[in-house]
Amino acid sequence: MNIIGKRRLFLAISGILVACSLIALLARGLNLGVDFTGGSLLRLRFERPVTALEVSQALTSSELADMELRDAVVQPISGTNDVQIRAQVAGRPLSDDQVGRVVSVLTQKIGKVSIIESQMVEGVIGRELLNRALTAVLLSWIGIIIYVSVRFELKFAVASVLALVHDTLIVLGAFAILGRQVNSPFIAAVLTIIGYSINDTIVIFDKIRENLRLRKKETLEELTNKSILQTMTRSLNTVITTLLAVFALYFFGGDTIKDFSLALIIGLVAGTYSSIFIASPIWLEWRMWERARQQRRIAAASRAKQPGPAKAR
Amino acid sequence: MRSGTLWKLVGIAALCVVCAVVIYKLPMNLGLDLRGGTRMVLEARDTDTVKADEDAVARAKEVIERRVNQLGVSEPAIYRQGAKRIVVELAGVKDPQRAREVIGRTAQLEFRDEQGNVIMTGSDLKNATAGSDEYGRPAVHFELTSEGAKKFEKATRENIGRPISIYLDQELLSSPVVQSVIRDKGQITGIGSMDKAKDLSMMLRAGALPVPLDLLHSEVLEPTLGQESIDQSKVAAVIGAGLVVLFMLAVYRLPGIMADIALGVYGLIVLAALAVIHAVLTLPGIAGLILSVGMAVDANVIIFERIKEEMRGGKRLRAAIDAGFTRAFGCILDSNVTTLITAAVLYVYGTGAVRGFAVTLGLGIVASMFTAIVVTRVLITAVVDRNPERYARYFGA
Repeated sequence: MNIIGKRRLFLAISGILVACSLIALLARGLNLGVDFTGGSLLRLRFERPVTALEVSQALTSSELADMELRDAVVQPISGTNDVQIRAQVAGRPLSDDQVGRVVSVLTQKIGKVSIIESQMVEGVIGRELLNRALTAVLLSWIGIIIYVSVRFELKFAVASVLALVHDTLIVLGAFAILGRQVNSPFIAAVLTIIGYSINDTIVIFDKIRENLRLRKKETLEELTNKSILQTMTRSLNTVITTLLAVFALYFFGGDTIKDFSLALIIGLVAGTYSSIFIASPIWLEWRMWERARQQRRIAAASRAKQPGPAKAR
Repeated sequence: MRSGTLWKLVGIAALCVVCAVVIYKLPMNLGLDLRGGTRMVLEARDTDTVKADEDAVARAKEVIERRVNQLGVSEPAIYRQGAKRIVVELAGVKDPQRAREVIGRTAQLEFRDEQGNVIMTGSDLKNATAGSDEYGRPAVHFELTSEGAKKFEKATRENIGRPISIYLDQELLSSPVVQSVIRDKGQITGIGSMDKAKDLSMMLRAGALPVPLDLLHSEVLEPTLGQESIDQSKVAAVIGAGLVVLFMLAVYRLPGIMADIALGVYGLIVLAALAVIHAVLTLPGIAGLILSVGMAVDANVIIFERIKEEMRGGKRLRAAIDAGFTRAFGCILDSNVTTLITAAVLYVYGTGAVRGFAVTLGLGIVASMFTAIVVTRVLITAVVDRNPERYARYFGA
């Protein structure tokens, strides 16, 4: 199998995926949870199954007209009689009194209901949390660049971080397209993906480094391709075991953890793909470009010093 | 079996027993998303009269601590964040919604005369208890300090036949008409319900907050929802771990069994470590644990692939095993340190549940390196050394 030979194709595929993600992010934006936007999140438990429509109608009824809950997001939670509501009143979370009124209107129109989870976040805190999340992602990239530069070399470090940026963008893009909620656990998922994907990349780079030491007469392309193939079984087996665990979480871990698991699934697949098909090709391209530039410089230097027949070297 | 290997096996067995005892004896510290409870971030606000300075915030924290004590929460976490913020975390509180209301309330009680002059405040109260008035309505009975008694005596003497209004946080509770001079005892009515009377008396005993606190963030979760999450995570954990175990068995056979046993040891170590450092286990934390089971076998996969490679390169099994473990180490270390970097960043920048995730992820990485490298090696050596040539084919080279 010649992965390196088709590297331009793989880089193009990734380029398209990243472009799609960026377009989705710009066009649709992320569905940010209340922990980032500020507002209220209520999880209500009814005594019978209810539809989102029923709840929305109750929320927009005349009794609650002054609160203007038209933009409230109502989401039934599958497999339960629970409904999640995200709402703001004039850009702020609902007060206790307002929550009380919502509950009494719902009780009156739909039936007995209890609040089993509530979150209220002022916009200030939400923005702080978002800043912290972004800082965390950037810091983890910087930390990895430094570590990999020390243990390997800068070219490996930059290539691996580019692969991470690729993974992060694809997960964000997928969430923008699917309209899934982006909240604090999602950030944890993204950072896990970053940690995981770098793990994969390093295993391949470690092999390249080892093969470079034992290098015989093969070209750099052949060597890189060989290294990827030698680590392929490992890359696949590891992602399979991790995916098995994450799929168990997705299907059995309950609703709260579903979006978190979904982010992990998308990220693990993207991460494995980028480790195999993106990180090493980027490194290779860079290294070859650098080599070519060096040779041109040497050639230019030797021409300048010694006109006439080139010295064998 | 070499005696060195035997002793290592004994050591590993002993470690497992210790971990099992620790897990059995020490209770797991569950986060509020698993136990139910409330978390609040409060910020002190300046008023016209009082500035929310260092002293005011420190005193506000003390008042909150007293209120939380009155609520009877077993292990509250109350800490300051920045200059003006106080974070309150109450896991396992029975009625989280009520706790939230009781803690965040300023509870500034004021007695005013007809002209609106403040006669005395909640700080003049010595004690307050919930009860009922002569008509059976909920009321708070209070006793005054000696200084408060002087003020109240003077005010009631001057206002006989006229009302004295009682305000809680600027909200009128009642305006009883003074019948006679009162010295050191009294009652407050107009409270609404018996529960509210209980809460008010409790707040009065704990004292009013020196400055109002704005609630910037609150999470309230009923214990039932937490229990559901625990049950679901258990199912996910069993199925996830089961699938990983089967996969390793199917793909790697004999060494796969050893990796599976090492995975069991890994589970014991991580759970025991969580209990010992008293880490808070949250729902994302459990997800991190399940995830780490998938990642824990990674080091073994790297090693086993390496052993195969060494055997293909012409080494005999015993030498290939030694070379496999030794040469794979650098690679495993590098790949795990980078994951540790992200876990550390998550810990520093995360809050609440996310921090719990960072802890389990970080612990998981360290523990998995130990079990995959040390435990698996001892187990494999113990089996293989009995007859290296016979076992070679089980390594799938």
